[in-house]
Amino acid sequence: MDIFQLSALELGKKIKSKEIGVVEATKAVLENIEKKEPEYHCYVTVCKKEALKQAEEVQKKIDSGEYQSPLAGVPAGVKDNMCTKGMQTSCSSRMLETFKPVYTATAVQKLQNVGAVILGKTNMDEFAMGSTSETSYFGITKNPWNTEHVPGGSSGGSAAAVAAKEAFYTLGSDTGGSIRQPASYCGITGLKPTYGTVSRYGLIAYASSLDQIGPMAKNVEDVTEIYKTIAGHDNKDSTSVNHPSPSFTLCEDMKGKKIGIPIEFFGEGIDADVKEAIYKAAKVYESLGAEVEEISMPTIKYAIPAYYIAACAEASSNLSRYDGIKYGHCAEKYDDLVDLYYQSRSEGFGSEVKKRILIGAFVLSSGYYDAYYNKALQVKALIKQSYDDAFGKYDFLLTPTAPTTAPKIGESFKDTLKMYLSDICTVSVNLAGLPGLVVPCGLDKTGLPIGLQLIGKAFNEETLLNAGFAFQKATDFHTVSPETIAK
Amino acid sequence: MEFETVLGLEVHTELATDTKIFCSCSTEFGGEPNTHVCEVCSGMPGTLPVLNKQVVEFAIRTGLATNCEITRYNKFDRKNYFYPDLPKAYQVSQLYLPICQNGHIDIEVNGVKKSIRIKEIHMEEDAGKLIHDPWDDCTLVDYNRCGVPLLEIVSEPDFSNGEEVIAYLTKLKAILQYTGVSDCKMEQGSLRADVNLSVKPVGSKELGTRTEMKNINSFKAIARAIEGERARQIELIKEGKKVIQETRRWDDNKGASYAMRSKENAQDYRYFPEPDLVPIEIDDEWIEKVRQSLPELPEAKKARYLSEYKLPEYDVDIITGSKDLVKIFEQAYEVCQNAKEVSNWIMGEVLRLASETSTLPEDISFDAKNLGKLILLVKNGVVNRNTAKEVFEKMFSDNVEPEQYIEQHNLKMVNDDSAVKEVVSKVIESNPDSIEQFKQGNEKVNKFLMGQCMKQLKGKANPAVVTKILDEELSKLK
Repeated sequence: MDIFQLSALELGKKIKSKEIGVVEATKAVLENIEKKEPEYHCYVTVCKKEALKQAEEVQKKIDSGEYQSPLAGVPAGVKDNMCTKGMQTSCSSRMLETFKPVYTATAVQKLQNVGAVILGKTNMDEFAMGSTSETSYFGITKNPWNTEHVPGGSSGGSAAAVAAKEAFYTLGSDTGGSIRQPASYCGITGLKPTYGTVSRYGLIAYASSLDQIGPMAKNVEDVTEIYKTIAGHDNKDSTSVNHPSPSFTLCEDMKGKKIGIPIEFFGEGIDADVKEAIYKAAKVYESLGAEVEEISMPTIKYAIPAYYIAACAEASSNLSRYDGIKYGHCAEKYDDLVDLYYQSRSEGFGSEVKKRILIGAFVLSSGYYDAYYNKALQVKALIKQSYDDAFGKYDFLLTPTAPTTAPKIGESFKDTLKMYLSDICTVSVNLAGLPGLVVPCGLDKTGLPIGLQLIGKAFNEETLLNAGFAFQKATDFHTVSPETIAK
Repeated sequence: MEFETVLGLEVHTELATDTKIFCSCSTEFGGEPNTHVCEVCSGMPGTLPVLNKQVVEFAIRTGLATNCEITRYNKFDRKNYFYPDLPKAYQVSQLYLPICQNGHIDIEVNGVKKSIRIKEIHMEEDAGKLIHDPWDDCTLVDYNRCGVPLLEIVSEPDFSNGEEVIAYLTKLKAILQYTGVSDCKMEQGSLRADVNLSVKPVGSKELGTRTEMKNINSFKAIARAIEGERARQIELIKEGKKVIQETRRWDDNKGASYAMRSKENAQDYRYFPEPDLVPIEIDDEWIEKVRQSLPELPEAKKARYLSEYKLPEYDVDIITGSKDLVKIFEQAYEVCQNAKEVSNWIMGEVLRLASETSTLPEDISFDAKNLGKLILLVKNGVVNRNTAKEVFEKMFSDNVEPEQYIEQHNLKMVNDDSAVKEVVSKVIESNPDSIEQFKQGNEKVNKFLMGQCMKQLKGKANPAVVTKILDEELSKLK
């Protein structure tokens, strides 16, 4: 049996029925990691010893009946911006190269509580700032579908690890598309839950009002189970909502569903293959009994500037704590206190991070606050309103996840403004705090995956996941992997 | 040219909550460095604040006690600046929507009443402390104070002299203590004042350039700082120089202030709404509940003491100015029901001993009910007043129970006529010279004989009884 053919839930089932041991499964993944890492570089840190020790303990607790979860014993990866007690958490930055947290993030803890085996920490854009995973201090991650291309970002390591079978599932975080866009580029399934659904406690902040942790896996069923496990109120996070934990069963019935396709998502720069794949996906829904209509959401065009202002403003404040004094990188030579800050931060941060800190400090500075930050908040409110209006009529929206498939390594940073603009399909979802699901919906001419984005009402992940489930029942795009193509 | 002074105050007070504003660490003062810290208050990556509800409650209490409007929709903001005592590099505070606004505190100086307007009161977190180690020539950081809740109480520039400032601070301190919001220990930094001061020619409508003096830690130092800064600014103007808008540090030992930073170098704090906290909505019901729970405040208490107990205004001002003296007064009164006596004891012995032993009112530790008992013991003739004062000294220092102490040390007043008579006879017998003088009509020896009797009775006798018996015996000799 090739365990890499299995989804996370399928593996969980076989572990439960004792067809496969947790240690055996963990060893297999670790071997695969060892084999593939030199080529893909999905991880910043692989915790081989800890993972095997964990696997043994989890096996015991499965045997004793303590762990009942269908995910018990399934090996997973965690993005390197989520705190793991005693395990290096670097945010792919030189600044936190040696940082070991004293506590574990709530979302990770929740997975561990049901018997997840944590393999290591996945690579990302430095402090989650980027769309390609190229800004990592520890080197770029390559797209397993074509190693000349980026895996997307910022959760590029998490996406590539699932695509390369270096983990059965991973956690990512999404501030402006950082789960959905790499999921799309790597041909996997990823969910950005509604803001406030998954606790942010222990997620190293990029932009606090937009950041959200979510699952990345092979298919909707896996993503749903992980989502159910990590969602729920956390009294350590004031912004996590006090809703009951989700407990629905997936349902593929799409009859009578109303679906909107916002035309603004297919503007300038959209790849013809991408557009075609999305409209084909719409046809699939029609064939399942749903009604599809094109709609217009003109305010979406303001999403990019509003996003970069709001996110950079918060980031400039969130990243101020890295001053070289308490933890993290500290310059060896400095003249005085101010110079210590200056040298440590100059050496510790990469250029993309510095650029966003500068933008953020500028837009918050005295005299500019109203013109920029306040304006961005107003745009945010307008965008939320236009989504609310759309959901008055439609159950969910269908859009591309990005205008193109994965760009070539090195291409994006030739024109960073263009790179920022490529976030057009994803950032408005964060500004409005909505859930977004990405499922594979085909390949472009060069054989790179295309992702279909489904956008839903706040706190209505169920509708999205049902729609994603129905799509995967009707199609087999999610079962295609880089290896099957190679064959 | 004559000048007048315009003063405004920013008072920071640490709240008497058990735990910090955004985590469950202890707020206790004086722990070993960095023992009252966790990942949240030390600003570790990924941590988030959770608001302590008690802080909001205390802010509402303070607002109601200072006649403020309570803001119904509250938000926190981040104030960004780099300093090693601030581990997140931003302080969570309130800029745009402070919890209390537009209040006032009424003061009285030399019989003149004045209302000082309060612009706003807002909630925020305290920073840590830097300790310079001269031995190793390095600076160490103690985060224990990080995240201790503060209220900043900002007045309008309504003061015209130091006396008004002291009267306001005294009143504010009493309010904060009465409401249980803060212990206001200035020496521990739980009450700190920044003074904004400018001068202008008398009658001029235009305000002068103001300076701000930071963190002055005693009432006396505040008075000195105001006088010093006033004189400095007037001198500058008289010399034809300009007052620069700046922040200054008052050095109370040297009696001078020093510039810390000027407005040109003023930091841009890049305030913006704190995204990690949700807005707090305060409804009428909550405010009403807090209002009901407020104790009698200094002003009302003063009025009641004056009308109900007919005490002198001076005494009432002193007693109601301190929550701790009020507590002593009320507990003692409850036992003895004699307000005048209790007040006399507080104004006399209590404050005398407190001053002699440098004890702050909050550190006075005797059981005030025992003072009531002692007053009753005097009234009922069990001890005389002098003995009572001796007993009280022991009560003050060791919190002894007066009845027991009097019993154990055999201090009861001798009211037994036969015992007194015996002593009187002995004294008459052993002082034949004095008796001779008495017989010759020298009445002054009475006092001497009286003194001898009291000495023999070890001060425990009721002087009235001794006088009566001595007079009787002496009259027999005539």
